[in-house]
This record gives sequence, C-alpha cells and structure tokens, in this order.
Amino acid sequence: MKKSILQKMGHQLNAVVFPLIAIFAALMVGSLVILLSSNSSPLAAYKALFTGAFGSPRAWEDSILKAIPFVFTALSYAIANRCGIINLGAEGQFEMGALAATIAAVSFPPLPAILHLPLTLIAGFLGGALFGLIPAILRVQFGASELITTIMLNYIASQLISYSVNGPIMDSASSSYPQSAHMPESASLTAIFPGSRIHWGLIILLVCVIFYYVFLWKTTRGYELRVVGLNSTAGEYAGMNIRRSILRSMFLAGGFAGLGGCIEIIAVQYRLMMTSFKVTYGFTGIAVALLGNNHPLGMLLSGLLFGGLQTGSLRMQTVTDASSSVVLVVQAVIILFIAGRLMFRIQHGRHLRHKTLNIPPKAMEERGAER
Amino acid sequence: MMTTVSSFIASTLRLATPTLIAALGIVFSERAGVVNIGTEGMMLMGALAGVMGSYYTGSALLGALIAMLTGCLFAMIFAFFTVSIKADQTVIGTGLNILASGLTITINRAVFGASTSPPKISTFGAVELPLLSRIPILGEAVFSQPLPVYIALLLVPLAQFVMMHCNVGLKVRAVGENPKACDTVGINVSKTRFLAVLYSGIMAGFAGAFVSMGQMTFFTENMIAGGGFIALAAVVFGNYTPLGVLISSLVFGASNAIMFRLQAASTGIPSQFALMLPYVITIAAICVVLRRSNRPASSAKPYIKE
Repeated sequence: MKKSILQKMGHQLNAVVFPLIAIFAALMVGSLVILLSSNSSPLAAYKALFTGAFGSPRAWEDSILKAIPFVFTALSYAIANRCGIINLGAEGQFEMGALAATIAAVSFPPLPAILHLPLTLIAGFLGGALFGLIPAILRVQFGASELITTIMLNYIASQLISYSVNGPIMDSASSSYPQSAHMPESASLTAIFPGSRIHWGLIILLVCVIFYYVFLWKTTRGYELRVVGLNSTAGEYAGMNIRRSILRSMFLAGGFAGLGGCIEIIAVQYRLMMTSFKVTYGFTGIAVALLGNNHPLGMLLSGLLFGGLQTGSLRMQTVTDASSSVVLVVQAVIILFIAGRLMFRIQHGRHLRHKTLNIPPKAMEERGAER
Repeated sequence: MMTTVSSFIASTLRLATPTLIAALGIVFSERAGVVNIGTEGMMLMGALAGVMGSYYTGSALLGALIAMLTGCLFAMIFAFFTVSIKADQTVIGTGLNILASGLTITINRAVFGASTSPPKISTFGAVELPLLSRIPILGEAVFSQPLPVYIALLLVPLAQFVMMHCNVGLKVRAVGENPKACDTVGINVSKTRFLAVLYSGIMAGFAGAFVSMGQMTFFTENMIAGGGFIALAAVVFGNYTPLGVLISSLVFGASNAIMFRLQAASTGIPSQFALMLPYVITIAAICVVLRRSNRPASSAKPYIKE
C-alpha cells in the first residue's frame, strides 16, 4: 500500500519533472546554437526571448493568441495518437480547415452572424475532418502507412491553398495580390473583453479540450478508441471495430486541426493568403502534444510555452542578432528528450516485467493458445 | 520529337536521382527493421553541408563527401535514440526533421547572410561519357549526366547483389524479419541495425548534396520539400528491394518531369495541380503495393532483449 502511493507520487513527479528537464536541456542546446551562429550572448538572447514572451500583459496576450492554434493541432495529434495512429498531417488539415472556412465566410451573401458564424466554424471543422479521413480510409482500405500519406497530403493542401488564393477565392478588389477577401464581420470572432485581443476562439478551444477529455475517458467510444491504441489485438478480441475507431479518431483529429485553422483566419489573420501558414502549426502541435503527454491540461500548458517561444523569438531576433529559427532547434530537442525518456526509465521497466510474469498458469495457457 | 524524348528521359533521370540515392540507403535500414523518418532532415543537412563544403573547398565532390559525413552524424543521433534506447522511431524522426530545419536556416543565415544573392559555388556539371554519349537519343539522355547520376545507377545492381547474395545483406534482412532468432544465433541485432541506419544517413546526405548542387546551384531554406518522405515511399513502392527502388524512383522522377513540362506548356491546367502530381502519385503508389510485400515483420519495432 505504502509502496503504491510512493509509486503514484513518482509517476506524478515524472510527469512534471521530466518535461522541465527536457525544456532546460533544449534551452541549453539552443544557447549553444546562438553562441555559434550569432554575435549575441545566449543570456541576452534568452532575456529578450522571455520578456518578449511573458514580460508584460501585452506579451502574455500575444503568447496566448499564438498558443491557441498550437493546442488545436496538439489535440489533433493526441487524439489520433491515443488510437495508435501517427497523424503527421495536422499541418494540411489545419490549412484545409482554414480554406473551407474562408470559402464559407466570403462566398455567402450577407447573413446574420448568428447563422454565418456557426456555418463558418462547421465548414472549418469539416474541411479538416474530411481531409483527415483520407489517410484513415487509405490506411484501413489499402493498409497504406499514414506516416507517408499524411505528409504527402500536407504538400497537396498547401498547393490547394496556393491555387485557391490565386484563383477562385482571390479578392477581386486587390487582384494583384494572391489573397482572399477580408473576412466579413458576420463570420469573424471578436474579442471576449473590449480592449483585449483575446478572442472567443479561446473559449472554443477550451470546449474542445474538455470534449477531448470527456470523449476519451467518459464515453464507450472513447474507451474503445484508447483500447485500440493500446492493443489493437485485444480490442479486436473484445469485439471492437478497429477500422471504425481509426476512422473516428482521424475524423476528430482532422476536425480539431481544421477548427484551429478556421479560427486562426476568422479571429486573427482575417484573410487567407500564401503566407498564412508560415508557422509550422502542425509540427509544433506534435511537440506540444508530446510535451503535454497527450493530457488535456498538459497540452494547454505546453501550448502556452510554445506560443511564448513563438512570440519571444520575434523579439529576440529584433533585439539581438540571434535567428528566430533557434526556436525550431529548441522545439526539436524537446521532442527528442521527451521521446527518449525511456533512457531514464530502464529501472521502471524491470518492475513492470516482473509483474507481467506473475500471471496465473491458466491465463498463461490461454495466452499460449492465442499465438 | 527525338530531342523531346531524350530531354524527357534526361530530366526524369536527373529528377529521380535524389530519390534513388536516398532510397538505396533507406532500403537497408528498412530491411533491418528501422523506419528512418528522419531521412528528410538528413537530406536537408546534406544539402547545406554540401554547399558549404563546396564553398570552402572549391570542389563539389568534396562537398558531397562532407554532406555524407553530416548525414552520417545525424543518422547517429537517430540510431542512438531509436536503436540504442528504443525510442519511438516516428517521433524521433519528426524531431530530427524539425531540428534540421532549424539548424539549416540558422547556419545558412549566419554563414551566407539572409538576403544577399548566393555566392557562386562549384556544382556537379554534366559529364559526357566518351563514345557512349554519341549514341543517338540514349547518349544525350543517359550518358551526359552529372556524376552522382552514374554513381546512383551503378549502385543499384551492387546494392541488389549485397542485399540478396552477401552475408551482410542476409544479416540485415534477418534482423528485420526475426530479431529474436538472430539474437539466439549470435547476430548482434542492435549493431546491425545501428550500422544500417548510419548507411542510410550517409546516402541521405549524398542525396541532399545532389539536390543543392546537382539540381540547383545553391541552398534554399527547406529545399528538400518532402523529398525524404518520397524516398521512403519509393522503398515501399519498390517492395523493399534495390531493383524495385530503381523502378519506383524512375516513376517519381517521371512524374516530376511531367510536372515541369505541364508548368512550362500553357495547357490551361493550373500549375499548382501540376506541382501536386508527385505527391498524389506517391500516395497512389503506396496504396497499390502488392499484398505479398517484402515488408519486414519487425518493421518499426524496437528489439528488447529478454
């Protein structure tokens, strides 16, 4: 009994301490890169980075705004991951959500906001969700690895964006520049409080995070999805439909990313253009999900951190001569450390193995029969 | 007509080469049971390292050598995480790709500046083979190519022979198929996998160098644009053999060549759809792979000794 409480505490400690170690290690590697590639001291660069990210109320606001799309794409990666699918396509799903939402926003005759806004949000969700279904269908139908198909679909999505803003949805008023028309007010998300720039997208995000939690841990379908992710053979023996779970998880994954893309356009950027997706939202989302351990609260916190890094890196680049792309290095090292944490868990694994060997003989026989 | 045919074959070959070189490396790491998702990043590092090497030494060949070393170094990180400490291959690969993107942008800006026009470096020019290049059509199409194209084509039968008929190849295949059995008969699973990954990194570095110095004449940010993933797909499509990889690379090369032709000719098809073509074909290709595939049984599974 005493041991199990200790173990539990150990787990919780692990869940908090480990990410902190990873962040620290990543910042160290980043400082090395700054030292070698610029004339600024890493200390000055990081000081600029942190004041830029969290140094003032305005900086906080910026960081939160930047964090919102990252948490959406993190949800996208996480819900697929819970089902054992590696969704490297949040990037493309995000873009397709933005595209579908833009089309819905600019191509309808003037509508009241109470109709137009939900329509735009649904279009964004569906744009991403249907694009997310493509790799899932290819996986369950042809066994095509989603690793490659999702990546390829990202490139296809960015070409579709390029085609759309140069053609069908190009703003006729500014025909020389490849961009969509400005979002109409009826399809835009406004600030929650006057005077602040934090928009209703944050509330939608929080609803999605709660949905993610409730769906996975409180519903049967969510439970099935997690079982399939943990052990698809076991799920199949228990009579679960693996294919359906995969399709469902990728539909939701695409939907989360698509909603993120939609909100980025209708609440922050207001126009779809070629440069709308310069930040790699999808891949940052993977880092956010990993650092947050696919946990709702964890992803919110790590999303804020990455939003901060994004905001701060711009200040770092203007104040010092360190390149903002150092943030990519920091992000990558965090991923490596989190994924490589097994390196510190070898002791732990030994305990687990003893436990699995304690199976009663009868169960062992049944296991043997299965093979 | 004749010149169109020969120039189409020539550009197909040149466009297929980076895929082919990288895939000839990946085919070994894949067969050993490691999916090298980090190929994209290794190619990107190779592309920059090659340009820098060529800039400082004045020789494209030395640049390529430095690119191969860089690819190897990057592959070492990948192998350490995935083979030695058994971390998730996809996640580590994705991390390395982001790392490569960040590092190459930072280094490129620090060394060459962000906005200045790129300096002239020595690149891979066409090498006309004596006599052979005089053959009509084929001469122009196949025998007046940059050096790496010949190297890649010569490596195909060599790799096929090594994989299928040599002890090394047998070991690699066995380790991917049944690591436990290999362990029992005394084959070092981790070492074999580690070396296979290093080899794929060397080839990825070389492939990247060819992109920046054979197809282009300098480095641009994120210039690989999915080339590493296309190489991974080429291995799946080529059914995990070097000969198959040659065929699938040529298919991808041809689709790229068609894309450029479509873009140049005013067909009315928007250029973006032409640019999508290689990616669409890649997706289609891995969906039609034969059911009886040579995919190793322990692909992407770390081997944990009991």
